[in-house]
Amino acid sequence: MEVEEHQLWGFLEKLYLNFGYDFRDYARASLKRRICHYLQLKKINSLHELWETIESNELALEQMIQEISVTVTEMFRDPTFFKSLNKHVIPRLKTYPFFKVWVAGCATGEEVYTIAIILKEAGLLERSIIYATDINQHSLKRASDGIFPIDSMKNYIANYQQYGGLGEFSQYYSAKYNAVMMNKDLSKNIVFAPHNLAVDHVFNEFELIICRNVLIYFNQNLQNKVINLFYQSLCDFGYLGLGSKESLLFTDKRKNFVEIDRKEKLFMKS
Amino acid sequence: MKSFRIILIGSSAGGLQAIMQILPELSKEYPIPIILVQHRAKEPKDLLEEVLQHKTKLKVKQADEKEKILPGHIYVAPPDYHLLIEQNETFSLSSDEPVQYSRPSIDVLFESAASVYGASLLAIILTGANQDGTQGLKAIKSKNGYTISQNPKEATFQLMPESAIASNTIDKVLNLNEIKQFLINLSNHV
Ligand SMILES: C[S@@+](CC[C@H](N)C(=O)[O-])C[C@H]1O[C@@H](n2cnc3c(N)ncnc32)[C@H](O)[C@@H]1O
Repeated sequence: MEVEEHQLWGFLEKLYLNFGYDFRDYARASLKRRICHYLQLKKINSLHELWETIESNELALEQMIQEISVTVTEMFRDPTFFKSLNKHVIPRLKTYPFFKVWVAGCATGEEVYTIAIILKEAGLLERSIIYATDINQHSLKRASDGIFPIDSMKNYIANYQQYGGLGEFSQYYSAKYNAVMMNKDLSKNIVFAPHNLAVDHVFNEFELIICRNVLIYFNQNLQNKVINLFYQSLCDFGYLGLGSKESLLFTDKRKNFVEIDRKEKLFMKS
Repeated sequence: MKSFRIILIGSSAGGLQAIMQILPELSKEYPIPIILVQHRAKEPKDLLEEVLQHKTKLKVKQADEKEKILPGHIYVAPPDYHLLIEQNETFSLSSDEPVQYSRPSIDVLFESAASVYGASLLAIILTGANQDGTQGLKAIKSKNGYTISQNPKEATFQLMPESAIASNTIDKVLNLNEIKQFLINLSNHV
């Protein structure tokens, strides 16, 4: 299945103008790959044909959006990142009577529960509100349900131990059949909401923003825009955590952040 | 003699040894950038880049997203990410699902590079115990790129080169020594 650059361009323009989904500034190679896979999966022969199927069918449109976005995630993914967060950020959060965290691009929520567990173990969960946002409504629903396949727990337990968790990971969920349900006390201060980093604006002020493995899907222009959005959304000396292969290198705000942990991509607004 | 603008190498089990036989004689001024996908575990202490650097005068570095692809380098796909190439000849990363159980996947790099470089692309598939690379080689052939497979008889693991050859996507089957010579000859023709 082959999709030409100019056809893709036209398709993305139409998608934006008609439905407000803005993928125009996404890194093309990976987006193109996802769309080609979707065409194959659905046995659709061209972008033209794809447009005809989604144009008048909201369900098909939603389904396509879900399939082309990459939702891969884990609990305590990259344990060393969370170790660093625990070491550098938690002590400061302890000094606030109340604080807000934004997990942007939270996918199916594994990362959000990770943060909730870390805050709980630091005795901070009651003092916090976590906003967890994504463009993918289907993922958000799964995130707020807090139900995950039991098979993945083995990996998460290993991650949690590598992170240096204080307790038994299994205390945070109850297992039923082949799924686990996260404890309700973890999610009582979490707000799950749709937010599109490409088009939506500042909606609150945060002491900590986590946005991992989202910026890699954006081109330089959109990366810059989103980092500016984060800058405006952070309080003075607020923290920003990115994915292990992401950086501020290509953004005009790079001088407005200090590196707290270069390897783990932890920054502070200065 | 063909002239190439990019060289891609895909390898899996047994790959490190094979690569180390190909690279040592390439000069520091080797004119064509080399990109390597070696299947690797997601280990914090994985020394692939360091080990390779000891064997070559070229600069070995893990590919970063948005990085411009330049001669004189061997770029290595980072663990746990797929590596792709954009039209403007910079890298992209993605954490999509593994392909053929692999992330990074050879197919993903090959497919994205095919539409960027067309006929000026050289792809080499080496030893491995799975079939990653075969789909990517098909994409490369459909864009008239040039493809080489390590001779399976010589490979530590045959499946990867055999699968590539069986899919009719390979222009030349060579031993490691011949691949090495092929690469050296290229630099005399640019
Ligand atoms: C690979 S997941 C990352 C999940 C998690 N942060 C992690 O690192 O494990 C990328 C997520 O970014 C979301 N995303 C993509 N574009 C977005 C946008 N414009 N605004 C908000 N979220 C977006 C996708 O829906 C997906 O859930």
